[in-house]
Amino acid sequence: MLIRLIWSALLETLLMVGAAGAVSIVLGVLVGAGLVFFSDPALGRNWPVNRYLRLDQVLSAIVNVGRSLPFLVLMVAIIPFTRMIAGTSIGTKAAIVPLTLGAIPFAARVVENSLREVDRGVVEAALVMGASPGQVVFKVMFPEALPSLVLGFTLTLVSLVNFSAMAGAVGGGGLGDLAIRYGYQRFRTDVMAATVAVLIVLVQLMQWGGQALSSTVDRRR
Amino acid sequence: MITFDNVTKKYKGMSVPALDRVSFTVDAGAICGVVGLSGAGKSTLIRCMTGLERVDSGTISIGGVSISALTGAELRQAQRNLGVVFQHFNLLSQRTALQNVMFPLEVAGVARNEARDRARELLDIVGLGDKLNSYPSKLSGGQQQRVGIARALATSPKVLLCDEFTSALDPINSKSILELIMRLNADLGVTVLIVTHQLSIAEQSCDRLIVIDEGQIVENGPAKDVLESPKSRILRAMVTTLTWS
Repeated sequence: MLIRLIWSALLETLLMVGAAGAVSIVLGVLVGAGLVFFSDPALGRNWPVNRYLRLDQVLSAIVNVGRSLPFLVLMVAIIPFTRMIAGTSIGTKAAIVPLTLGAIPFAARVVENSLREVDRGVVEAALVMGASPGQVVFKVMFPEALPSLVLGFTLTLVSLVNFSAMAGAVGGGGLGDLAIRYGYQRFRTDVMAATVAVLIVLVQLMQWGGQALSSTVDRRR
Repeated sequence: MITFDNVTKKYKGMSVPALDRVSFTVDAGAICGVVGLSGAGKSTLIRCMTGLERVDSGTISIGGVSISALTGAELRQAQRNLGVVFQHFNLLSQRTALQNVMFPLEVAGVARNEARDRARELLDIVGLGDKLNSYPSKLSGGQQQRVGIARALATSPKVLLCDEFTSALDPINSKSILELIMRLNADLGVTVLIVTHQLSIAEQSCDRLIVIDEGQIVENGPAKDVLESPKSRILRAMVTTLTWS
């Protein structure tokens, strides 16, 4: 009974984190690359559109709006949008919509930071060798930042585990929801303890896996 | 091969120009040194020549192409006539030696097989034929700079620009890298511009010597003559103090 409860809650958490993680990482890469590209004078800062409308500042402002809402507020505030996308505002699938929307700005900043850490000398060397701004981003910045990006994505996924615990508020299920409904409201200390243990193990495994993958792709040592 | 014609560059917020009406020419096949102290304008000269900074007035041409007038795709095309060797090597840390040398060919759209063959050949020339698949972190400073030189030569440039290329190396490695540059100049006929604050480097290798101070050229002539009878305050100071190291 206990095992079955936890198993299905774990699967719900993994579904939410996996789906929201995949989509937010893809979009975070695009937004993060845009933030760097349009703010760098050597890349896209001097694009004609940027003379009238600073695309990097627009993107940055949008990202900041997303980052300033507490997840619980975001989730409730966008219920109409969630209904439009998922067809319903209740359940695990519906919870993926706010989770994704909440994680995109986070992932975008993670990507931005990693790309900005790339050695300026290497970027300028590529430009001097006749690389176009697009080639600098995709052939120099992303490959050079790869170990740091992998760690950043790990951070994003772990944050999503945290966010997903709040998805219970919209009937999203998952481990956090189980801990509140059984562990807290029904005084099932065994469920609470087991859930906490599973969450700890889950996060440890994710962090360990992320670090292992990052060092595997790191050629700097 | 290299012509600076009345080049002036002033950075925003600075009262004096970083380059002030700089004019000189370097003949094809020569090794020319540009020396000066920190802040004299050496870095600005390099940044303008490589297209990283725009000049305010005047023109810079390399092999007859006026690089200072170009932008975008035309500038990128012209940059392939200029190979640059950097002080801190600036190799891509996530690429092997071979992949680093292939990089300028990849961005130029050269077919992969062709680029690989050319990169192998160049790494052989610089004496790293056995380190093709090593990452920069596994190479010594001298070896990394050899990869940097091979990479600079990948697109068969007419001009090799060496920016303080020995400053990060010990004296033994400095010497062998300098000898490599001189051998490449002799074998390939590539014109070399060496920008340095180390007079000893210029003395060992250069036919011509240009001294800059506060953005202006203060000496320009055959290296031997310039070093034997320094006329400018700055070169006299450099000759008599520690910059021989």
